[in-house]
Amino acid sequence: MDLFEYQARDIFEKHGVPVLGGVVATTPDEARAAAERLLPADGGVVVVKAQVKTGGRGKAGGVKLARSADEAAERAGEILGMDIKGHTVHRVMVAAGAAIEQEYYFSLLLDRAERRYLAMASVEGGMEIEQLAVERPEALARVAVDPRVGIDAATAERIVAAAGFPEKTSPEIAGKVAAVLQKLWDVYREEDATLVEVNPLVLTKDGDVVALDGKVTLDGNADFRHADHAALEDKAAADPLEARAKEKDLNYVKLDGEVGIIGNGAGLVMSTLDVVAYAGEAHGGVKPANFLDIGGGASAEVMAAGLDIILTDPQVKSVFVNVFGGITACDAVANGIVAALEILGDEASKPLVVRLDGNNVVEGRRILADAAHPLVTLADTMDGGADKAAELAHAAA
Amino acid sequence: MAIFLTADSKVIVQGMTGSEGTKHTTRMLASGTNVVGGVNPRKAGTTVDFPGADGSSVEVPVFGTVADAVGKTGADVSVIFVPPAHTKAAVVEAVDAGVPLVVIITEGVPVADTAEFFAYAQDKGVRLVGPNCPGLISPGKSNVGIIPADISGPGRIGLVSKSGTLTYQMMYELRDFGFSSAVGIGGDPIIGTTHIDALAAFEADPETDLIVMIGEIGGDAEERAAAFIQEHVTKPVVGYVAGFTAPEGKTMGHAGAIVSGSSGTAQAKKEALEAAGVKVGKTPSETAALARELLSR
Repeated sequence: MDLFEYQARDIFEKHGVPVLGGVVATTPDEARAAAERLLPADGGVVVVKAQVKTGGRGKAGGVKLARSADEAAERAGEILGMDIKGHTVHRVMVAAGAAIEQEYYFSLLLDRAERRYLAMASVEGGMEIEQLAVERPEALARVAVDPRVGIDAATAERIVAAAGFPEKTSPEIAGKVAAVLQKLWDVYREEDATLVEVNPLVLTKDGDVVALDGKVTLDGNADFRHADHAALEDKAAADPLEARAKEKDLNYVKLDGEVGIIGNGAGLVMSTLDVVAYAGEAHGGVKPANFLDIGGGASAEVMAAGLDIILTDPQVKSVFVNVFGGITACDAVANGIVAALEILGDEASKPLVVRLDGNNVVEGRRILADAAHPLVTLADTMDGGADKAAELAHAAA
Repeated sequence: MAIFLTADSKVIVQGMTGSEGTKHTTRMLASGTNVVGGVNPRKAGTTVDFPGADGSSVEVPVFGTVADAVGKTGADVSVIFVPPAHTKAAVVEAVDAGVPLVVIITEGVPVADTAEFFAYAQDKGVRLVGPNCPGLISPGKSNVGIIPADISGPGRIGLVSKSGTLTYQMMYELRDFGFSSAVGIGGDPIIGTTHIDALAAFEADPETDLIVMIGEIGGDAEERAAAFIQEHVTKPVVGYVAGFTAPEGKTMGHAGAIVSGSSGTAQAKKEALEAAGVKVGKTPSETAALARELLSR
């Protein structure tokens, strides 16, 4: 799960990473109140920042300065509701202004190839890191981090040295940065993050090292040891069908096409999307309507829940059920389909193409043949089923 | 021969007495795997009866620790079915007991735990397969994990795949040829055995004539495998990458299967593999046809 900047800021603060004051607001009035709290008595500025999970918000006009509480409310009014790369802005963060002396970059992430962590740091922060990595790769230090050790004092020192902090800034600043990196490790480790990025990490004119903007990705697999992480989820952003699927613990992603897809196992379902998209080329260009993985060991109940989600998607014109029974027995899947159609009754009005193979396939096919439901067509192969489902979707479109 | 797993492999099951462990131990025994023990500290000293391959009953002893199980049985493979919260401790216990091959079936292990136990296992020279994987099978010899044994028999194809059900689908497509070994390496961001590890083992295995490699969108494991194939693999390799039509920025089940930007796409992976001389199919059936053609020459 990717966090919003304000959530990352709060988590940083919780673990002792130096941050500036920042308050989230969903209305101009809330932004005004936040600015009143954050603006120093002797003037100064606050920054009103769009909270969206995408880059390039500054260029899009989603970050604005305000010199008074009223101005902050006005800026918030302009930013709230904006569309930034397809993301609607539902909240802003009003942040204390900072007098910036220098900008640095730091991130800690998974290194899949080496199967450990990778720290990246640069004395040239602020710009898009992808751009820095391409244009000036020598300015971006990459240091391996042992997952069992993390960023201890010695590792932090290695990272700042590799990025040239001692000579390009000063030994004193390098020491301050190193101390912040150790705190950022606490965030990574204690929150079960898979990415912690600070861009920019700034040196203020007062000589403090502060995390000005942060990106944090949390590992959903670790939710069982972080009861507080559930509250960080952005429920408003989820597609309503995706939200319903999540409630039922289904692995569902809404897509744009017309052919509903249900399969078991992420790889096979992805492959099914491909095969249906190819088949669709011969049938008016119909495409998959969703990704739905009911799991390698799916039960009849799960099949029913999955069918329910897909059949209630108004975009769906036909459904392709593609199951290879490994652990899942095909007879259980067939019973699940029959039971689901019974539960749904008249609501089930879309044709279903079912391809079953593997564990107990003969019995599974017999159950479906015996039920002889008028909406169900049996397919012998994955390719044949995809073609039939695409044909039916095209005919109904 | 086959890779990683042979007819002589002695297997213990960590989590054998749980519901998943019991179900799959039954299946492993039925397919002829030499399961020599289970581990559960609360049931140490008891035995569990399973139906054997020939219809008779097999009594499998339960040990309190992996070390005890290894000491009494000489086990050289452990397969782990314990819940995610306990997986790290289970792997560390197996590594400490000197088990050289540990297969982790458990889905949903925090990646920080995997990173830690992988580093630990690597230091001790232990091979891990998984987590979040279906395990591996050397048909007719041994089957460790949850791959159905009846899809295909022994043969001369080596198969390596991130995805479980896609492994089954591909074994089914090529069931008339059979497999030396099929390895499901799992779809998590950090996994113990990679495509490259399996490719190297198949290259060295005299019982493997052709390698089928299945990948999926996300990460750059397939690109790295392509570079390895170019340098080190002389046997013919046929590839398949799932997710050609997946939209960008959506996670599709496997933590690894997310496409962002231009890297990690199925097309990029296909091109990298083809540049290394791998024949790449756009669907499982087309991939099987490519393998079939090479094997029939």
